[in-house]
Amino acid sequence: MSRASATAASLGLLVCHACGLLSRAAPHAHDAYCPRCGARVHWRKPNSISRTWALLIAAMVLYIPANVLPMMYTGSLFGFQSDTIMSGVVFFWKTGSWYLALIIFFASITVPMLKMIALVVLLVSVQRRSRWQPVQRTQLYRVVEFVGRWSMLDVYVVAVIVALVQLQALATITPGPGAIAFAGVVVLTMFAAMSFDPRLIWDPMGEEDGRAPA
Amino acid sequence: MIACHECDLLQREVPLPRGGIVRCRRCGAEQYRSHPHSFERMLAFTLGAIALFAMANAFPIVGLKLEGQVIETTLFHTVRTLYNEDMKSLAALVFATTILMPALELAAMAYLLVPLKLGRAPRHFALVFRALQAVGPWGMVEVLMLGVLVALVKLLHLATVVTGIALWALAALMLLYAAIAATFDPRELWARRSALT
Repeated sequence: MSRASATAASLGLLVCHACGLLSRAAPHAHDAYCPRCGARVHWRKPNSISRTWALLIAAMVLYIPANVLPMMYTGSLFGFQSDTIMSGVVFFWKTGSWYLALIIFFASITVPMLKMIALVVLLVSVQRRSRWQPVQRTQLYRVVEFVGRWSMLDVYVVAVIVALVQLQALATITPGPGAIAFAGVVVLTMFAAMSFDPRLIWDPMGEEDGRAPA
Repeated sequence: MIACHECDLLQREVPLPRGGIVRCRRCGAEQYRSHPHSFERMLAFTLGAIALFAMANAFPIVGLKLEGQVIETTLFHTVRTLYNEDMKSLAALVFATTILMPALELAAMAYLLVPLKLGRAPRHFALVFRALQAVGPWGMVEVLMLGVLVALVKLLHLATVVTGIALWALAALMLLYAAIAATFDPRELWARRSALT
């Protein structure tokens, strides 16, 4: 421990995720509870990698219908129209609201995709026990956790528009199956990010020079 | 001693100057910060947010004006319309993320803070504290706010859009949620709780 880089786990201490208390683990215990707040504490989140992969792959599969299927059907005197996420972006771009086009493009298309790519990078690097750029990878994880919720934007847009336009005879707007798939992507990637344990990024750091993890 | 929740590094707890912040030496994750009067701030923001939350749900968010007729929708009405459109899963998701979870979060905060302020320990403190932590990521008031604005611009070409009181309440609520998140101080809560027993 030359650089005093002892981790809690290496000293037999468990940190509580809910309240932050350190507690000493009972020997050979598999699950333990925080003595202060009673939350379940683990060395590392259980099956973190396989759970994250499972949720992530499910999200990737749903990402396709989310982008291909219509989010919204609009029917009016002038015809019938179905809108996907991308056609919504194009609509705003053409009507001059380029800033809204950018927001939707960013929140609904870029963020979910980058989020999934980032999780793949994190998972692969952790599985290979990579020691490459741990600080940046931890920051990447923080960003993924923070921006995930913003992808719900389009779901709310559809909800509000449907509710307002339903009330009158002007046009009928109904939500499409794409909206459900899209909401599924957002929820699944949020769960995936939650089940990933960033401490796994740092675990290979303790194994320098063939020493026992210290 | 504390351990970083993101990289598990053990480090010594240090006393902080006012407004100071402790970051992990290795990965830079925020460990804790010292806000002057963090407890009172949490309480004030929470009580303010409860009032605004009630307004945001009681009044219409937006309306359309068409041929002299105004059609308005509240947050809950939005959920009900989705439900009636046979989009039950979507309705449930919107309900959970914009009404249920934010309400639970505020209720749990008030439940922990108010008795502590009065010098009493709330029952099931630990349970409510854990529930608060679990509910946190699922309240998406700020995203809803942006979603309403985008929907408004989309509808501008259909009819005149009328903003409702709830929209303003929602905007203020968004700020208060951010303030609660920034001042939330679990160490202070636990310190006050254990001082009582």
